[in-house]
Amino acid sequence: MAKVPLISDFLVEREKEKCINCQVCCRMCAFDAHRYDPETAQVSTDSSKCVGCHFCESFCPTTALTIKRNPSDSRENANWRQDVLKGITKQADTGGVLLTGMGCDRPYPIYWDHILLNASQVTNPSIDPLREPMELRTYIGRKPDCLRLERSNKNKISLKNTLSSQLVLESPILFSAMSYGSISLNTCRSLAWAASEFGTFYNTGEGGLHRDLYPYGKNTIVQVASGRFGVHAEYLNAGAAIEIKIGQGAKPGIGGHLPGEKVDLEISRTRMIPEGSDAISPAPHHDIYSIEDLRQIIYALKEATKYRKPVGVKISAVHNVAAIATGIVRAGADFVSIDGLRGGTGAAPTIIRNNVGIPIELAIAAVDTRLREEGIRNQASVIAAGGFRNSGDIIKAVALGADAVYIGTAALVAMGCHICQKCYTGKCNWGIATQDPYLTKRLNPKIGARRLINLLRAWSLEIKEMLGGMGINAIESLRGNREALRGVGLSDVDLKILGIKPAGEAW
Amino acid sequence: MKKIMIHEEYCMGCRLCEIHCLVQHSKSKEIIKAYKGEYPKAMPRLVIEEKGYHSFALQCRHCEEAPCLEACMTGAMHRDPKTGAVICDEEKCVGCWMCIMVCPFGVIARNTEGKKVASKCDLCGGETEPVCVKNCPNEAITLED
Repeated sequence: MAKVPLISDFLVEREKEKCINCQVCCRMCAFDAHRYDPETAQVSTDSSKCVGCHFCESFCPTTALTIKRNPSDSRENANWRQDVLKGITKQADTGGVLLTGMGCDRPYPIYWDHILLNASQVTNPSIDPLREPMELRTYIGRKPDCLRLERSNKNKISLKNTLSSQLVLESPILFSAMSYGSISLNTCRSLAWAASEFGTFYNTGEGGLHRDLYPYGKNTIVQVASGRFGVHAEYLNAGAAIEIKIGQGAKPGIGGHLPGEKVDLEISRTRMIPEGSDAISPAPHHDIYSIEDLRQIIYALKEATKYRKPVGVKISAVHNVAAIATGIVRAGADFVSIDGLRGGTGAAPTIIRNNVGIPIELAIAAVDTRLREEGIRNQASVIAAGGFRNSGDIIKAVALGADAVYIGTAALVAMGCHICQKCYTGKCNWGIATQDPYLTKRLNPKIGARRLINLLRAWSLEIKEMLGGMGINAIESLRGNREALRGVGLSDVDLKILGIKPAGEAW
Repeated sequence: MKKIMIHEEYCMGCRLCEIHCLVQHSKSKEIIKAYKGEYPKAMPRLVIEEKGYHSFALQCRHCEEAPCLEACMTGAMHRDPKTGAVICDEEKCVGCWMCIMVCPFGVIARNTEGKKVASKCDLCGGETEPVCVKNCPNEAITLED
């Protein structure tokens, strides 16, 4: 085959009458799609370089730019789609693994869109959250098997149990693990500021904790992953909880790789690796080959933090997720995080992202059911992750049995991300998934944090409205209450796994 | 008086402030007309300083002890009693460029719009938020007390 360039994914349309040749687009595109020719004093565009991040379109002061999908089409073919052909062509060119960013974009069923919520009518009054108290506060951590109460001689009742440490969330939403390295420090700052302002938590991912972020430790979940980057006693004790990362929804079963070009001085200090060296996280933890090994690590971390902090384990949702989760709970974890098929990433092989794992909806239901059957549901909280798009998804997840939900992609979108899936290039125009000093300053953490807080606030209000509609005044009362859910357009098997009734069937 | 503060760590060098400043000082105040239909083209009243990845927009600091006020021989450069901004009265300006010589920030320029006068930031009239502040997408310039 003759050497020819790939057909571009996007077409940048420039309305000539509107374009004032101000060059904002040229200055802003990290992929060099726009060019200014001083000889002709004209701006021109090379659409083949466009990744569809919409940065130039958003900044064009005269709205002269429109990014469209390239209409150039081959003969329609359900099997040999355009993206399939492009993948083959790229691999025939390079002989390499195709990389991508963000979560799975294939059209697998989204069960959230087939689950409906209940509401009160006549027989049970609904509640107006603007006039009556509504509780979204969520506690993450091990709950006691039973409450032992004691009556003192003054006839006062007090709790006899010693409760294990809990994370207190003002709303059942946390920010997912995203490492400093995969995202910029300004993005980490935005997440940290928003979490501490709102009263929830963000997660360091496996990138360690930058020294500027230690003051936000009260709202930080520190992660211990297979590469053990930036893990030391001070780090473990700086956070409010520790999460052992076994797997990630976007790439179950494989490790991570932060290329050396991104490991600048600050990242090298934070991760405790030489500047410019690749940060490679192995696929497994080489000291965890069984549940027994996991138990040792969990207790080693509990020892290191004097049993003051909850220790959780994050796994990706795979076929045997329920059995693995019970193993994790029995190994002593205080919470289990489950990352579903649509969980995001900074970089993953496309083939793995699109083909490995199971949807989070089924995983939540399977894990919750299994933990209840074994009578150990109280021993650990379940945090669900992987593609939560709105408050509706979150409230449905809680009703299916999750204690709280991690949001990653949604948080990034709030900060500007347009899901162009080019995180792995390190050229994120929105200043999120990059370490390039020209680009990182594009995310002002003050704006980032403000937008994240707005999002949490808006979603929390919506959750309150929906709870009120169901006549419930506390999120605790909805947790695992699958009677609040009904399925539409789902098969009997789906309904059985989700543990919900079909729409139209009463109690 | 409220002043324009610069947060250079968040300036992405897009120059939208410059574009909107030019439009604000054009005849039509409409962006496409200002760029494509007005001759001579209006000029922005601010400068962008850029070196490597560092950049920021700089406009008149409206100094408390302004050297340009001292240097102006006609009294064209004056302080607005209401807003406290340093303003050039183009009717009085004779274009001797002494203000340009003494400005420690280099933010006064020769007007290229046809008149031989000095041009500088007028805080967009001083009553509302200046357009550079209003249009900075990253809050890299803010109006603060």
